[in-house]
Amino acid sequence: MTTIAATGTDLHAHDHHDADHKPGFFARWFMSTNHKDIGTLYLIFAICAGIIGGAISGLMRLELAAPGIQYLQGWASMMAGKEASLDEAYHMWNVLITAHGLIMVFFMVMPAIIGGFGNWFVPLMIGAPDMAFPRMNNVSFWLTVVAFIMLLGSSFVPGGTGLGAGTGGTVYAPLSTSGSVGPAGDMAIFSLHLAGAASILGAINFITTIFNMRAPGMTLHKMPLFVWSVLVTAFLLLLALPVLAAAITMLLVDRNFGGAFFDAAAGGDPVLYQHLFWFFGHPEVYIMILPGFGIISQIVATFSRKPVFGYLGMAYAMVAIGVVGFVVWAHHMFTTGMSVDMKMYFTAATMVIAVPTGIKIFSWIATMWGGSVSFKTPMVWAMGFIFMFTVGGVTGVVLANGGLDDNLHDTYYVVAHFHYVLSLGAVFSLFAGFYYWFGKMSGRHLNEFLGHLHFWVFFIGVNVLFFPMHFLGNSGMPRRYPDYPEAFAYWNGVASTGYAIMAVGILIFFVNVIWSLLAGRRAEDNYWGEGATTLEWTLTSPPPYHQFETLPVIK
Amino acid sequence: MAISNAKTGLLAGALAISMVGVGFAAVPLYRLFCQVTGFGGTTMRVDAAQAATVSATDKSIVIRFDANHRGDLPWEFKPERPTDTVSIGAKDMSIFLAKNLSGEAVTGTATFNVTPELAGKYFNKIQCFCFTEQTLKPGEQIRMPVLYYVDPKIMTDPETKDIEEITLSYTFYPVEKPNTVDPQANGS
Repeated sequence: MTTIAATGTDLHAHDHHDADHKPGFFARWFMSTNHKDIGTLYLIFAICAGIIGGAISGLMRLELAAPGIQYLQGWASMMAGKEASLDEAYHMWNVLITAHGLIMVFFMVMPAIIGGFGNWFVPLMIGAPDMAFPRMNNVSFWLTVVAFIMLLGSSFVPGGTGLGAGTGGTVYAPLSTSGSVGPAGDMAIFSLHLAGAASILGAINFITTIFNMRAPGMTLHKMPLFVWSVLVTAFLLLLALPVLAAAITMLLVDRNFGGAFFDAAAGGDPVLYQHLFWFFGHPEVYIMILPGFGIISQIVATFSRKPVFGYLGMAYAMVAIGVVGFVVWAHHMFTTGMSVDMKMYFTAATMVIAVPTGIKIFSWIATMWGGSVSFKTPMVWAMGFIFMFTVGGVTGVVLANGGLDDNLHDTYYVVAHFHYVLSLGAVFSLFAGFYYWFGKMSGRHLNEFLGHLHFWVFFIGVNVLFFPMHFLGNSGMPRRYPDYPEAFAYWNGVASTGYAIMAVGILIFFVNVIWSLLAGRRAEDNYWGEGATTLEWTLTSPPPYHQFETLPVIK
Repeated sequence: MAISNAKTGLLAGALAISMVGVGFAAVPLYRLFCQVTGFGGTTMRVDAAQAATVSATDKSIVIRFDANHRGDLPWEFKPERPTDTVSIGAKDMSIFLAKNLSGEAVTGTATFNVTPELAGKYFNKIQCFCFTEQTLKPGEQIRMPVLYYVDPKIMTDPETKDIEEITLSYTFYPVEKPNTVDPQANGS
């Protein structure tokens, strides 16, 4: 990547005096049109959603810590306010897995990585004063909030066997149509509509900003890789989310208006829903990880004090992942009865994605190679990401095999795989980005020692939590059940212990954030030194309320 | 700025809206795809004139019949004979029996496919009870015919030439009739 340096080093000093007027509290945070404030709102929102989603997984690990049903019936009774039957308890389990999946994907990872870091740093990195459509940006955020409240609200209304939407995160028909009678399912589906609409508006905003508002001299091939990653992600959102919207609209029609899109009895086909869902769902997994790739690229380059190795290859690897990601969806459906030819195609196409992904892993390592590496907290998280994402990538190549997948489909092996790429991939990149940019966003340094401690406790916790799931899956333990035979007890116990370790790590994180916000050392403009070459480091920490009123010129 | 923000934004918005269209277009396209390619064991439908152009060969194939119904359909449903051995290319009629076990008239409709799924595009139905809805009066039993043949092209396709047995499966579902509402009361 070309080293980017703004000419005119007194830019921020210039901005500071005449353009730093902030509106009052309510107008600033509830009617915000400022990309940095909206980014902050998204991050706070994602942290709140993450706590709820994480707490739900805590409930699940508690129930799964030992064979038998220990707590579930009690929780279901508590929710219903009366003695719950065993069936209602099982429904409660479905509600928990559904909520955990939807919250973590739509209300934690996506708002944090796209809404939070994307909003904060895309305009800063391309030298733009704000997003292209600031008011639409505000609409996106508040739609997401309403969507989240809608989803949480669905837990308190009937959803078939008990309270809440127990459709599974994929909302497969017929469980989500004839199998979940009641308003909870409709609320959950409508919540997805709103979250999807919010993301589509956000994607339009990012595309317009990145195409039209780059500073003079900032060509596409000089853009920082994080901006590239958000650009590719925005296109994936634009092409994939409307298909989900169509599919779940059909669910609503089937549920409420006598439709038969997915009802075999009336000539529909439930497998069609799976095709539509995964046409969205597979690009969606890249939507969650690509901005993470971008963050890791910035961090690895910064702390190796080298431009990233193979800049163009890195950028177009992301484009390639995005494009190929649209033609591999049926590898999620190997067990729906496909011909051998179809399985061969989807197996091969899926494996092709390992090539651009391998280019990225290779280039990160090549960036570090021979670099002057300093192991600051963000770099440690980034290296953790590279290790753990690669493990998830390898099990992904295993699962891509149509023949093997017949055995592993819907087992804990799959759960292990996608938590390695999400909980240890996307979430590690989120923490890496948070430690990297926190000083820039807040003007205060996070504590390095607590940051490292958080990393090691969390790293050990999630590995103890998720690695045994490979063994469970290989032994045939199916997903989505609150109970299991005695044979699976040992590794489930270990996994639940891992959850507790991870929870301690999260606690350290919150201590660090609160302590730093109150008493952290003031952050300088460019506190990472010469390796940090992107435009946000030419501004103060935190940046002025309005930046780049005089556009920087890129050499 | 060469292109205005509004223009870029609208183009991106149009792309998103067209993808909603693609999502809905998937429904008829999927159906068409299955009908044309025999995907997932979708059988082919031919008329008598087309069927007349096919002649029997001396190679035979076993056809196995499978009959199911959804739990809330109060019917007994089974094939008259579990298997038939037919010459490839020869037309064969097989009979399925359905009996209404309930005290009221019930309408049902059947879905169908064949396995191995690859055989779908060579399994031709000329006449089938599954093409229409069936209404059975209380206690009534009917014999429902299927007239079909296996296309001789199945012997030349390298994917299917080794198939020795095809299972034809039906599942009956109740049809929810909207006639609980008096049509007169609906107005026009």
